[in-house]
Amino acid sequence: MRIEINRDKCSGCEECISSCPFEAIVMHEGKALINELCQICKMCITVCPEGAITEIDEGEEQKTVQEGKGVWVFAEQREGKVASIAFELLGAGRRLADELKVELSALLFGSSRLEAENLVKWGADKVYFCDNPIFEKFNDEPHAQLLSDLITRYRPEIVIAGATPIGRSFLPRVAARLRTGLTADCTSLAIDSETGNLLQIRPAFGGNIMATILCPDCRPQMATVRPRVMKKGEYREDRKGEIITVNADNLISRTRVIESVKDVCEIAVNLHEVDIIVSGGRGLGEPKGFKLLEELAGLLGGAVGASRAAVDSGWIQYRHQVGQTGKTVCPKLYIACGISGAVQHLVGMQSSDTIIAINKNPDAPIFNVASFGVVGDVYEIIPLLIKRLKESRETGNP
Amino acid sequence: MKIVVCVKQVPDTAEVRINPETGTLIREGVPSIINPFDMHAIEAGLQIREKAGGTVTVLTMGPPQADAALREAISMGADAAVLLSDRAFAGSDTWATSYTLSKAIEKLGADIIICGKQAIDGDTAQVGPETAEFLKIPHISFIRKIEEVTQDSIRVQRLMDDGYDIVESGLPVLLTVVKELNEPRLPSLKGKMAAKKADIKKWGPADIMAEENNIGLKGSPTQVKNIFTPEPRTGKRMLEGTPEEIVDVLLRELRQMKCV
Repeated sequence: MRIEINRDKCSGCEECISSCPFEAIVMHEGKALINELCQICKMCITVCPEGAITEIDEGEEQKTVQEGKGVWVFAEQREGKVASIAFELLGAGRRLADELKVELSALLFGSSRLEAENLVKWGADKVYFCDNPIFEKFNDEPHAQLLSDLITRYRPEIVIAGATPIGRSFLPRVAARLRTGLTADCTSLAIDSETGNLLQIRPAFGGNIMATILCPDCRPQMATVRPRVMKKGEYREDRKGEIITVNADNLISRTRVIESVKDVCEIAVNLHEVDIIVSGGRGLGEPKGFKLLEELAGLLGGAVGASRAAVDSGWIQYRHQVGQTGKTVCPKLYIACGISGAVQHLVGMQSSDTIIAINKNPDAPIFNVASFGVVGDVYEIIPLLIKRLKESRETGNP
Repeated sequence: MKIVVCVKQVPDTAEVRINPETGTLIREGVPSIINPFDMHAIEAGLQIREKAGGTVTVLTMGPPQADAALREAISMGADAAVLLSDRAFAGSDTWATSYTLSKAIEKLGADIIICGKQAIDGDTAQVGPETAEFLKIPHISFIRKIEEVTQDSIRVQRLMDDGYDIVESGLPVLLTVVKELNEPRLPSLKGKMAAKKADIKKWGPADIMAEENNIGLKGSPTQVKNIFTPEPRTGKRMLEGTPEEIVDVLLRELRQMKCV
């Protein structure tokens, strides 16, 4: 299979050149010409306004996977600080790279050289680091452009990023541009020992089923990975690696971040980042029940979650909502207070390590996913638990 | 102002069951709904039209039955609807879906394209941004508030893990929206009448000049290898006794988990 340009039809408009992700088309005597970098991605065929580009099937159809080598991890940062998902990705990436016997590289756009060096200590053999000020705030286009360019140049076989608001927003642009697959929100990654393909396992249909996804014929194989599922890499102060400074000019962004507004809340609402979530539902009966949960969450160093019923009742803001139309979380401990456990809520929290459920109704479905179930009154159990936690703290005797 | 809202008809996931023999989804008998996030996208489109003028066109790719989702959108107030339906579109992953939608949007023309942040059956959240890339226009994901729309620009609030960003963009632009953005309106009587009579355009690959190798199964880089049901949680323990006794056990477990 190859791509051919009909020189008589070609008008020399150069549309195909800008569409080509592989820099495989050049201008020659006013006409487009395809060179040996062509990956037969067929992007040019779609954009050519003259219909001058066609695919020639030479009969000996043979599916060849585009070559690629190495595992890449996108290390996202906010205000210069690398997010904890990056260390989890390095843990997962290290495992994949060792199995494939290839290098593990991290990509850091924005932030500082110090943070880049830190990524080496967390397991990266190489760090591609770009300190262009355009990355100070998150905008999709420059991220997509630089990552696509680097992938085209260095051809990794696997690229993973966090399934965070950042990773889930710009990675799709990269996949679209490079004509490759992207699997969202994976909870497990492995290498198929026979083919060497990446097995990408993810929940689908609201967590009712799990699916294994493959990207057999395109490279790189790309996935976003759910935060707090993979084990962090091993931090070693003495690990050595290479920092490669990437110069990126001509990056543009047509979106502009005017301001970043942090949640002003005494207790964290970043449900993806905390180990413990204390969550409340309609069973609390009134908004002030959340004051109690906040107090418990504060004592445990956790955050407050909520069911949709509680959010819809106006007792707490949407950003606390856990479940299908809210956030999917998997903390070490999830304490469900007065939550009956509709499927839509369960799919958002059932992969938590430990679940404690407190509900008056012994038949509440929440008990089906609970590690510990308490049939009882939240207003009896939680204040007592708070009291005992405070006492043990005061006596210094945990 | 030309507004295009992309919607998906999805099975109500609360009702989905698995065939234990084949490991495939049993969709029969499961009610179909407009993806809940897309309801907010439709509402956003209607609100922008009310302020800035213009038209709202609803676009979906799916089987002929998806016609019902489009009529529902019209009953809410959308002006027109297009159904991309053809056997050649079957088996599309996010890449092929986005390509197909982008070809239809190119034909329709649009200043603002709005999608729900993700569909509740696939949960990928990828089709919006991928479509924007195919259209070579910017996109902003996870929008919780639209602050201002003018004839050539928009300012919105984008939900992030640690708060939100205020983001500006010129038009055309593609937006993906979260539930917090608005409350979808109910169909009006007039809307219901319009929905009944509406002439819904049905387009196939040739109508949108889609390249055969980029659509359906052929155009999809990813494949589903297998589907399985997650293992149920084992070792549930119901705690009984007085509140004091129960709290004793909970504290002990919290210490064991090093949560205290």
